[in-house]
Amino acid sequence: MSTVTADTGLQAAAVREDTLLEVRNLVKHFPIKSGLLIDRQVGAVQAVDDVSFSVAEGETLGLVGESGCGKSTLARSILQLIRPTSGSVRFRGTELTDLGRRQLRSLRREMQMIFQDPYASLNPRKRVGQIVGGPLALHGVASGDELKRRVQDLLERVGLSAEHYNRFPHEFSGGQRQRIGVARALALEPKMIIADEPVSALDVSIQAQIINLLEDLQKEFELTYVFVAHDLGVVRHVSDRIAVMYLGKIVEIGPAEDVYSNPIHPYTVSLLSAVPIPDPRLNEAREHVVLEGDVPSPANPPAACRFHTRCPRATEICSEVEPQLVDYGGGHWAACHHPVGRSAPGTATA
Amino acid sequence: MSTAAPLLKVDDLRVDFRTEGGVVHAVDGVSFELKSGEVLAIVGESGSGKSVTAMTLMGLTRSPNATISGRAELGDQELISATDDELRRVRGEQLAMIFQDPMTSLNPVYKVGDQITEQIRAHRDITKDEANDRAVELLKAVGIPAAEERVRQYPHEFSGGMRQRAMIAMGLSLEPPMLIADEPTTALDVTIQAQIIRVLKDLNEERGLAVILITHDLGVVADIADRVLVMYGGRVVEAGTLEQIFYDPQHPYTWGLLGSIMRLDRPRTARLAQIKGQPPTLLSPPEGCHFRPRCPHAFNRCTEVPGLEQRGGSTGHLDRCWLSGEQKKTLRVMDSGDIGLEAPAA
Repeated sequence: MSTVTADTGLQAAAVREDTLLEVRNLVKHFPIKSGLLIDRQVGAVQAVDDVSFSVAEGETLGLVGESGCGKSTLARSILQLIRPTSGSVRFRGTELTDLGRRQLRSLRREMQMIFQDPYASLNPRKRVGQIVGGPLALHGVASGDELKRRVQDLLERVGLSAEHYNRFPHEFSGGQRQRIGVARALALEPKMIIADEPVSALDVSIQAQIINLLEDLQKEFELTYVFVAHDLGVVRHVSDRIAVMYLGKIVEIGPAEDVYSNPIHPYTVSLLSAVPIPDPRLNEAREHVVLEGDVPSPANPPAACRFHTRCPRATEICSEVEPQLVDYGGGHWAACHHPVGRSAPGTATA
Repeated sequence: MSTAAPLLKVDDLRVDFRTEGGVVHAVDGVSFELKSGEVLAIVGESGSGKSVTAMTLMGLTRSPNATISGRAELGDQELISATDDELRRVRGEQLAMIFQDPMTSLNPVYKVGDQITEQIRAHRDITKDEANDRAVELLKAVGIPAAEERVRQYPHEFSGGMRQRAMIAMGLSLEPPMLIADEPTTALDVTIQAQIIRVLKDLNEERGLAVILITHDLGVVADIADRVLVMYGGRVVEAGTLEQIFYDPQHPYTWGLLGSIMRLDRPRTARLAQIKGQPPTLLSPPEGCHFRPRCPHAFNRCTEVPGLEQRGGSTGHLDRCWLSGEQKKTLRVMDSGDIGLEAPAA
């Protein structure tokens, strides 16, 4: 059955000429410790386990999955905000996992982050000018009047006004705060922005504003996005390619429209079917696959295929052999023994 | 719909809070009816007054700084003027409420079973064992496996979805005819959300439980509601059946709301329809229609508050917008199934 080599994870991350970010076999395990005097490691939360993918310049990669699937840990491990346990992260050919803090700092000009909670991610005691100008001052890019002018330009670029320079975060609404966070991320003219649930704390009408802003900025500054979210509608709207994660693994990755219209992995199928459609007649007519049970603990994930305990298609092999990511054509990869609507890997492929 | 007397009748409910910054008009004249066995969704963004409306019905917004007026009749009990004793008898027996965050709604130091039996024993004269059997029964009814063991566990041993199930079980323990669910699935993952919605649907269909569902998720509304109230800035701006709201929306805010959802069932749009600007501050709301500053179709008459009346919609479909039915049909964007506030920029 298993004609697939262990190297497929690497093929999934096949290097293209315009590759900006390349993640290979990335692992992040958080130790679970116990003991009074001597800390013994009694286990590990396998937050991210052997994940490989690449992101091309100017592309948006969406990372989706439920809480605890490791998508935020993955995002942070890419930026080395959390140091990965093993594996490699290359940004424009530079290996980040080997770099020290000082070397990383200069590289961080090129990769910035937008956070989920616009209330927690802005220092309440600093003025907007200091928050957005912080990165410019820190990297010695600008100072004095030049800095102020650039910050005011940025504020206007994200839909705020230059007069907001001296205000405090508490004077702004959630959507406006998220715009401040976007301005801060843009300040150093980065190549890549990792956005971790940038709209999930916002109201629907404000979400649309921020998404439109991020798309405009991407065009204007030729940005590359890694977009982490649990909302499948949001991810589909912004992404060129999508990676679906379950319990620390990428179970499916491919072009956005492909993944949404022809999902291969049963988890992707049930995830898509669980999203209610805001159209009563269509919703009525649609088939719902309701997954039973909860996501297992990443401290003790199921053996082999991690989804087999909840999977409607699972058979014996799923609890014995771990499925590898297999290419189903067109850059659409999935790790499943019983792919939906395709012939199983290892058998003759159509 | 039957002509039977409604289960709950809310009339001109107003809630003001005095704060340091001034008076916040959180709920500004809300009226609606809930029929028995009906699922009524209240939709709106943060600060629209949907949660305050629900909490006021439960008597949870009473405070020295709150001014509450209007009427809310639940059977022969009026809730707004009810004494604390009267309210205590009504809560649990006549209406129950579940909240967004099931972790903070359960007490972490008591066993789940004890938290359920506490309410039963406060209202009914039964023994501890009988109450415990009832708790097991309730947990089974909401789909918790191994309920006999689960009643003896603490909330931290439950997952998020199971905690919300336990909250529903607790709400149902005295078999009230109606349940208020305030964003019951917002804190949950989509696959767990689907499970909880199924539980609520089953209870509605099998036991005739009436539900007021407060949510901002129009997908969940389309999945479960019979009727919808759209709230904006403390007021109901549109009310109608599920079909009326989704296929013949009358208020520009509803158009904008429906247009700004990123939908999985439609081809990806190049650009999302968005509602410009920010929701109003209820400390000093705009004069007239609260949506006026954000509405691209506002005209001079909008400085007067429009009443909630049937205008362009069919029977029973009410809205608060001065535009004529004809104007609404031409102004709203409903091309090829797309709904929006304005035509997308070319």
